[in-house]
Amino acid sequence: MLQVRDLRTNILKPASLSLSAGECIAVRGPSGAGKTLLLRAIADLDPNDGVVTLEGRDRSTIAGPEWRRLVGYVPAEPGWWADTVGEHFGEWTAALALVRHLGFPEETKAWPIARLSTGERLRLALIRALMALPKVLLLDEPTAALDAASVAAVESLIGARIRAGLAVLWVTHDSEQAKRIAHRLLVVEAGKIREEAFEWLATSP
Amino acid sequence: MASYIALNYWELAAASVFVFMNAGLSVIFSLRVHRSMLVAAIRMVAQLALVGLVLTTLFSIVSPLWTGLAALGMVLFAGHEAAQRQERRLSGWWSYGLGTGCMMMASVLVTVFALLIAVRPNPWYDPRYAIPLLGMILGNCMTGIALGLDTLTTSLVSRRASVEAQLMLGATRRDAAAPVTREALRSALMPTINSMAVTGVVSLPGMMTGQILGGVPPAEAVKYQILVMFLIAGGTGLGAVTAVLGGVYRLTDGRHRLRLDRLASPRVS
Repeated sequence: MLQVRDLRTNILKPASLSLSAGECIAVRGPSGAGKTLLLRAIADLDPNDGVVTLEGRDRSTIAGPEWRRLVGYVPAEPGWWADTVGEHFGEWTAALALVRHLGFPEETKAWPIARLSTGERLRLALIRALMALPKVLLLDEPTAALDAASVAAVESLIGARIRAGLAVLWVTHDSEQAKRIAHRLLVVEAGKIREEAFEWLATSP
Repeated sequence: MASYIALNYWELAAASVFVFMNAGLSVIFSLRVHRSMLVAAIRMVAQLALVGLVLTTLFSIVSPLWTGLAALGMVLFAGHEAAQRQERRLSGWWSYGLGTGCMMMASVLVTVFALLIAVRPNPWYDPRYAIPLLGMILGNCMTGIALGLDTLTTSLVSRRASVEAQLMLGATRRDAAAPVTREALRSALMPTINSMAVTGVVSLPGMMTGQILGGVPPAEAVKYQILVMFLIAGGTGLGAVTAVLGGVYRLTDGRHRLRLDRLASPRVS
């Protein structure tokens, strides 16, 4: 579904990968290796070169805003542009099922953004991104600041979407999580990406 | 022409006593500003003497070419000043070019409007009217543009995550930058609104005071002042809107990305 060929920025080395519908690829690598840059380049948030296609359509033929609705991206530190949670959602009632699934009450709508914890922000940003009904979702450590119950809720939610056809690129430091959620594994090191077999994970500490 | 009292050089020298008094205070309280105070005073005298000379010549020849050149010089200098006042500047020629271009467009347009429609001197480019009007409009336009661009660049940097969050969800660059754009325009227009609100109550504008000292009846001076305030509001609004929108255009691109890489690295101060 998503084809990336020789995607590069002034920091990221040429990267190629292909992601099928209903597939999840875990992305690992040390901090500062370029994982975030890779996701940002695919979402077309930084100047980049290379060929990216979605279902055969070349990215350069699709306007930036439309591309980012098709290829959603949830950064490690999501941004907020208004004061309360509800203002960041087009229609709160439509988001309610997801909101409840991730452990929030309905009144969350009126909560001020400034009082949210990091984990709450991550989960709400994930819901916000899912509401746009993307075909591909790029997740940058979506469960980094969550407790075990919330991690399980997020994994089950995304897992169900993947089974329904969503393609996901999931950055995670947790090799157990990678095994639970992903079909394949990419390693990013010093701006270069390579695919690794999952067996390697079993022997790594 | 109405009468006015001409000053001679001894009277000016007598008034300069106050500058020396300030310098003396600086020495007594070790403020260490006496040197810069005296240099500033000397600069002021030299610059004004030069301007007096230039204006005398300009007014006597009434040439469209020399009036235009003087106006151009004023705009270029104002553009330099506006660029200097920004903490985070656009990289390359955009820093100077955007502010100066918008300033030139807005202040020249408003000045020409005033000359052709309101004041109507003969000839319309008579430097005795054109240069002071341009100067007053330009000075305020410069402040507005400098404030607007400064707010725009610093807010885009500090609120990058919030702007990009909207882009990530499929907003256009215009929508994503709208809150920051509004903030920049508001701060550009605020000084003009504030000064209109208090003019005549808290402050007597310099131009009106000057005309009254020059012997013009207060009622006539007030009419000129009202005209100038309208022109200033127009010039500042036009200049700030084009400069801020130009800044948004430059700091985003056709793929609707935020391009903070097009800002020069911050100055070390």
